[in-house]
Amino acid sequence: MLTDKMLRRVVPAISAAATFIAIAATSTAAMAQESQEQYFGIPSSRVGPYSAMGTGYYGGIIDYLNYVNMKGGVNGVKLTYDECETEYNAARTVECYQRLLNKGDQKMVVFDTLGTPGAYAVIGRMAQDHVVLAQYGYGRTDAADGRVWPWVFNAAGHYWGQIAVKMNYIAEKEGGVDKMKGKTIVHLHIDTAYGREPLPAMRQIAKDWDFKLIEIAVPAPGLEQQSQWLQIRKEKADWVTFWGAGSGMNSTAITTAARVGFPREKMFYVTFGGAEEDMIPAGDAAKGTYVAANAAPGRDYPLIADILKVVYGVGKGNMQNPERVGTVYYNRGVGAAAMWIEALRNAQKIHNKVGKTVNGDEFRDGYEALDITDDKLKEIGILGMSAPFKMSCAKHDGSERFKVMQWDGKKFQILTDWVAAPDPAFIRKLIEDSAAKYAAENNITPRPCS
Amino acid sequence: MPDFWFFLEVLVGGLLSGTMYALVALGFVLIYKASSVFNFAQGAMVFFAVLSFVGFMELGLPFWAALPVTVGLMILVGMGTERFVLRPLVNQSEDTLLMATIGLAFVIEGVAQLAWGVDVRRLDLGIRDEPINWVMDNTGMLISQLDVTAAVVAGIMVAALALLFSHTKVGRGLRAVADDHAAALSIGIPLKHIWMLVWATAGVVALVAGMLWGARSGVQFALVWVALKALPVLIIGGFTSVPGVILAGLIVGAFEKLGEVFIGPFVGGGIEGWAPYMLAVLFLLIRPEGLFGEKIIRRV
Amino acid sequence: MLYREAGQFRTSYAQDSQIFPLRQDRVGIFIILTAAVMLPFVANSYWLSAILVPWLVLSLVALGQNILMGYAGQLSLGSAGFMAVGAFACYNLILRIDGIPFVVAVALSGVCAALVGIVFGLPSLRIRGLYLAVATLASQFFIVWALDKFGWFKNYDPAGVITAQPIVMFGHNFATPREKYWVVLAIVAVLALLAKNMARGSVGRGWMAVRDMDVAAEVMGFSLLRTKLQAFAISSFYCGVGGALFAFAYLQTVEPSAFGIDLSFRILFMVIIGGLGTIMGSFLGAGFILLMPIFLNIFFHTVFGKSVDATITSALEQVIFGVMIIMFLIFEPLGLARLWQLTKERLRLWPFKH
Repeated sequence: MLTDKMLRRVVPAISAAATFIAIAATSTAAMAQESQEQYFGIPSSRVGPYSAMGTGYYGGIIDYLNYVNMKGGVNGVKLTYDECETEYNAARTVECYQRLLNKGDQKMVVFDTLGTPGAYAVIGRMAQDHVVLAQYGYGRTDAADGRVWPWVFNAAGHYWGQIAVKMNYIAEKEGGVDKMKGKTIVHLHIDTAYGREPLPAMRQIAKDWDFKLIEIAVPAPGLEQQSQWLQIRKEKADWVTFWGAGSGMNSTAITTAARVGFPREKMFYVTFGGAEEDMIPAGDAAKGTYVAANAAPGRDYPLIADILKVVYGVGKGNMQNPERVGTVYYNRGVGAAAMWIEALRNAQKIHNKVGKTVNGDEFRDGYEALDITDDKLKEIGILGMSAPFKMSCAKHDGSERFKVMQWDGKKFQILTDWVAAPDPAFIRKLIEDSAAKYAAENNITPRPCS
Repeated sequence: MPDFWFFLEVLVGGLLSGTMYALVALGFVLIYKASSVFNFAQGAMVFFAVLSFVGFMELGLPFWAALPVTVGLMILVGMGTERFVLRPLVNQSEDTLLMATIGLAFVIEGVAQLAWGVDVRRLDLGIRDEPINWVMDNTGMLISQLDVTAAVVAGIMVAALALLFSHTKVGRGLRAVADDHAAALSIGIPLKHIWMLVWATAGVVALVAGMLWGARSGVQFALVWVALKALPVLIIGGFTSVPGVILAGLIVGAFEKLGEVFIGPFVGGGIEGWAPYMLAVLFLLIRPEGLFGEKIIRRV
Repeated sequence: MLYREAGQFRTSYAQDSQIFPLRQDRVGIFIILTAAVMLPFVANSYWLSAILVPWLVLSLVALGQNILMGYAGQLSLGSAGFMAVGAFACYNLILRIDGIPFVVAVALSGVCAALVGIVFGLPSLRIRGLYLAVATLASQFFIVWALDKFGWFKNYDPAGVITAQPIVMFGHNFATPREKYWVVLAIVAVLALLAKNMARGSVGRGWMAVRDMDVAAEVMGFSLLRTKLQAFAISSFYCGVGGALFAFAYLQTVEPSAFGIDLSFRILFMVIIGGLGTIMGSFLGAGFILLMPIFLNIFFHTVFGKSVDATITSALEQVIFGVMIIMFLIFEPLGLARLWQLTKERLRLWPFKH
């Protein structure tokens, strides 16, 4: 007879036992793994404050993987993936990394954490585990120096390049670099490492161009920015570069700016803070905000249109709301996945494994050999959505080019073509200095690149 | 703009923000006053309430129909909480109940995202979040219409609830229940009805708070963290005082904003996160039960 | 039948005051420790680095929290903040003092955390209960802000995130998951033993007196100042050591935002579900909280696979986690440790019913 007392014992005991059994079973289970399937591990963040970003980005990735499968895979090799929820938390990302690392007898070849905290959490393991960290527009900027970071890449442009492009655009709007003298630029940022990322480059530019740079921090979650914006108004800022994270902070900045009467046309958002999901909650107040883009939104790129037709046509689309196909985060995800697949193709070709799966070393070589020209972009179907670039042994960053877009109340209007930073050598020097410092501190000998 | 006006502007902005914090804190106070439970899930309830409200409107209900439907939903949530979480834990320690409400917060957050999805939504209350023109023209200060409306609403709610507790029969019943459940039962006060009423009111308060915050910052997950802003207000005002909540809210709001603007730059900014908590600790050292809280009498 | 005291005589005071008076218990502990040490030879690296090491480390932090909350009765929500102090202190000590052995660095970082703990524990002399809990949040937020804001702590790293140095002791670099596991196991075992002895000694009794009725304890002659601050200090020491190990043996990065309020809540859950006021409970609770989300994640992905939207499964995991917490609190409020205790009592009588 099941008494209450017995129930008290049984319920927790069973759950505890089941836990251990499940872990034991799954971690030692050899999943039936055909050798023709290339395995990808996907650490998604679908719940919590960054869920809008996570669902869009990883949805794009998964849709592209399914699309490639429907088109016959990569030279016949089908793609398979496993997801693990990280909640955008560093410790969970590490957990997910370790759980996704092995599937049967295959190891995952690439890891994309969508965010700087996650990237930093796993970056030290890449070299040991032979997994590529494919940062796509985020993460450790000095990893662009491939001699110190052979396993880390950033195909979509990093923050130092981005801020240089933005400053250049602002200068253009003001009538030239000489007109920047004496102006006041405020860098409003989330009070974390990510928010402070562009500051070294910005400070240098401020010195060179002779404008006043004010750094104002917003503590997370940033639902309230009254004091920061009142300060901005007091300082009579000319422009505000905004480096926020999470839709709360991003839309609040716009509404607060409206409240203190700061023109949105003088606000410049970062790639990670400027997407439809950030602009829409702010309503009409968001009109006129500038955003930098490393992946342009839109549904009429041939690939996106084809994904809609082929994948969503048979109901296998990953996005709960198909309206989100073609948005900024989604297209960025598709762009990231496209790079993986191109790297895979390269790897197969370089190592004579066309039609077979590749391992981490081979994939790394394939990623490093990425030479994405305009023709290649056209072939993939994303000409204009992503920028062309070429990687090399020492140069692990992408094109460092961004498009400038402006929100018109309903969608983003793309104002420019791919704009590069005016002084890439200066940024490269900053990167190499930082990477060298890291190498010295951690006793790493940079590998030679001819 | 002359410094005095700037100081005044920051101060007024802070006071108005403080009333918004007070509105959230009100939900905590209500539940604590009536059932001695510190409802950590209040932030999640604010999020769930406004998310459901917007969700219902998206499903086609007009504003004035969605409102009572959401209120009904919050009443159900309150009843469910009381029945399934609080009643089985009726004699447990404070810590256990606190843990249970944290678990409840997880549940409500998860259900909210399950039911309504994770998209960020707009909420348009018809009041524009823009400066009041005549204030701006005469003094140069920018005070937002939405903020002033929120402050007025908060004030009305606090006044109404304070009156409810002190002057109505229902209010007296609530206070009796908070004092001693067994005694209240023994004189015939319907415990379950009282609790249902309290949780329903807390749900309404959560909805109003959520609507105002949502109109300001968008309806999204980060709203669950407004609860963290309300905790210092609770401490300073006392967990059991309804009028204390407004006063404490004003203090916290003003201190936070003035501190961030005038002291913050000396230490690199970003002190808004912990400054109100430090203030709360200082207050507690002087008055351990908050400004208006009931004096804790401990018998040895 | 097997688990009984009959035939075991204690003939000296020392024998009487052992931690494990029953021979069966001693044998059991010996077996467990040996198994723990031998485990790396059979377990794969996923188990070691993703499950066992964090379990040990978080058990240590839960121990610290248990000392403060379970034994001394001071409600605290700032454990993650003290972990952060420990982690950064360890990083800075190894960075700035050449050749310092890892264990010494960890011990010193625990001391740093203890000092910080004493400062933030001062309000406990005046504030109690829930108010104290919210006051400890002040320490949590302030510590994380301070570590983030002042670049000195992070060696002025431009990204604000630092990589933990390798664990070097006696000239040997403990780099493989196996070696890291052993280091963590050794430290945790020693500290757990110390905690057990403190808890059943006069120190622990002082804490429990203060917990149950602090005014009466003061009347009896316990200095509340000393007892409460001692509890804060020792608890923060454990959290600090745990934090250093968390950063060095598990995450490998040291970043302030990793020690946020959600980590504090997780530790709180571990202590409550494991059992307040028990040493065993810290270990059991840490295991439960660590494994439950993993289990749910795996369960959903195997059962539903790709057929259900991953967003839904993620949200469901959250709901189920919350429901399990509530159910646990309803069905066994004294935690897993109590279940273990009941099992042992049953075993003593087995095969008889009473």
